[in-house]
Amino acid sequence: MAQITIKQVAKQFGKTHALHSIDLTVADKEFLVLLGASGCGKTTLLRIVAGLETATTGEVWIGDRRVDKLAPKDRGIAMVFQNYAVFPHLTVYENIAFGLRMSKVAESEIDKRVKRTAGLMHIDQLLQRYSGQLSGGQRQRVAVSRALATEPDVILMDEPLSNLDALLRMEMRTELKSILAESDTTTIYVTHDQVEAMSMADRIAIMHEGNIVQATSPVEVYRNPATRFVGSFIGNPPMNFLQAKNLGDGWFDVCGARMQGPRHDASELELAVRPEDINSTDSHGEGDWQGIVKVVEPLGSHLQVTCVVSDQQCRVVMDSDVIVKPGDTVNLAPVAERVRWYDANGDRVQ
Amino acid sequence: MSTESTVVTGNQRIAKWSVNISIVFLCLWVLVPIYLLIANTFSSPAEVNAFPKRIYPSFDTESVRFFMNFYGVGSALWNSFKVACLTMIMSIAVGAPAGYALSRFEFRGKNTFRVLVLMTRAFPLPLLALPLAVMFIKVGLDDTVLGLAIVHTVLALPFAVLITFSLFSGVPVELEEAAWTLGCNRLQAFIKVIFPLVLPGIAASAIFAFVISWNEVFAAAVLTIEHRTLPAFLLQSLDDAPLHLKFAGGAVLVVPALIFIFMVRKYLFSMWGIANR
Ligand SMILES: Nc1ncnc2c1ncn2[C@@H]1O[C@H](COP(=O)(O)OP(=O)(O)O)[C@@H](O)[C@H]1O
Ligand SMILES: [Mg+2]
Repeated sequence: MAQITIKQVAKQFGKTHALHSIDLTVADKEFLVLLGASGCGKTTLLRIVAGLETATTGEVWIGDRRVDKLAPKDRGIAMVFQNYAVFPHLTVYENIAFGLRMSKVAESEIDKRVKRTAGLMHIDQLLQRYSGQLSGGQRQRVAVSRALATEPDVILMDEPLSNLDALLRMEMRTELKSILAESDTTTIYVTHDQVEAMSMADRIAIMHEGNIVQATSPVEVYRNPATRFVGSFIGNPPMNFLQAKNLGDGWFDVCGARMQGPRHDASELELAVRPEDINSTDSHGEGDWQGIVKVVEPLGSHLQVTCVVSDQQCRVVMDSDVIVKPGDTVNLAPVAERVRWYDANGDRVQ
Repeated sequence: MSTESTVVTGNQRIAKWSVNISIVFLCLWVLVPIYLLIANTFSSPAEVNAFPKRIYPSFDTESVRFFMNFYGVGSALWNSFKVACLTMIMSIAVGAPAGYALSRFEFRGKNTFRVLVLMTRAFPLPLLALPLAVMFIKVGLDDTVLGLAIVHTVLALPFAVLITFSLFSGVPVELEEAAWTLGCNRLQAFIKVIFPLVLPGIAASAIFAFVISWNEVFAAAVLTIEHRTLPAFLLQSLDDAPLHLKFAGGAVLVVPALIFIFMVRKYLFSMWGIANR
């Protein structure tokens, strides 16, 4: 059982608050992705779990052990670093065997496990090479094998794929996901790449300026962003945000259209809707917007159309056989059940 | 595009030539004295004093042989060797941990400390010599190999600290951290990962300390009487020796130092942040 529990962990570097009171639980065998923009504290949180950094306040538990006072080696974790950290003076074989030798595993068992994990990562041909003789992708594989070989309860990965080129990254993504799904480890995976996060995670924890703003399944994060920030951060093209004037009784004026929303006191809210959740229709219905097309970007499978609706920008995804050109007026019908509302603080209103 | 880059304006040409001339001049500045020293060392005494000079030495080893058999040279050489080895060991033993600390930890006064380390080289030794001699006599360290080695260690230490600092800084922290997560404590990680990676550089730094001690003459002359090192011994006894012996003595001093410096030049460059190779 290797459930990770992070309790009110905060971290200050001098005057910088890198983390404000973080609470997070990662279930046994779960694949959790920490997603957030650069500088939001992902690495710091991961290093606190690893024991490479000490939290200013708070507790870290792995299973039923409190580990925040323990050295990294006593926590039952393995870590994969962004720049791989493959030991340059050791062969690939010895790199993978390193952790096993430290825990005094028998030589025959070491050999078995090195060969097995190397096979899993397809580097069994490279065992006698040194890190200097490997490509970035191969080094990455060594780093992952080295972490897997010790069969840790917890694997921590800090942007492991960010130094690889796009194609290799996609390939490794799939491979890593399947390998980690088969192993019994609990994984925390840090990335700033939302596609990586969405495609790999059981659960995504979105970080923003030292806080976790939402931690839930990829689909839920996408469909029901807890805050305006999450909505704007996830999704490409990004979510549309439009001003909504409160008319009372749960009715709003959005870009000249009367729309039903939540009952709320504020004079203004923001309506949020994803570009693919807006239909362009021929007939004008109640709650539809009139948009003027500014830019049309054909992307093969679909068109990405940027419109202006009452002086506000709104992106719409249209079928690629729709014929539109800049200057056209289009009728836009948002899908009612996909519309979300946010208040002035950026919190979701229901 | 390509023509533009190949056209060399007059100014550039002058700049290029002045660089070339400076390089040649500097090389001659260093190489000519060394050549004369070596050439004269391997000439017979008669040739050394003769005029005009030959371009090539006659490879006569008489001066060298005479010099090596000169009374006191052997023991001075042996003293030099002992002092230099001690200096080497002590300066690494003290300097490497300091370099490691500088590269790995943030602490108050770190920058001040780094400047101070360098400042010790700026302090004039002659000013220090007399009080030091008095102090050494009091504690019984005067005229001993250990006493002189301590002074030489002080001289070599700034270099040991700075070279090892640059060595340790060149090893990514992640390697150490990876070792920690794989089951090492700090010491094990150092022994298994950091040490093998910096070993060649440590050796170079040690050799550099050796050379500093080997060549040091002032402290050696002031602090020793019976147990002179070679430079101090030569200073004292070669003053009115014949010319060919001076050359031989000079060569014995210079050649090992040259060889050593040549071996460690890569690390000296990286120490000053120029290039790594
Ligand atoms: N060792 C450190 N010293 C001072 N500030 C740091 C240190 N490490 C991280 N920070 C600061 O903490 C914040 C979070 O950093 P980090 O966890 O590396 O972000 P991320 O991994 O999400 O990009 C940043 O503002 C960063 O500048
Ligand atoms: Mg980071």
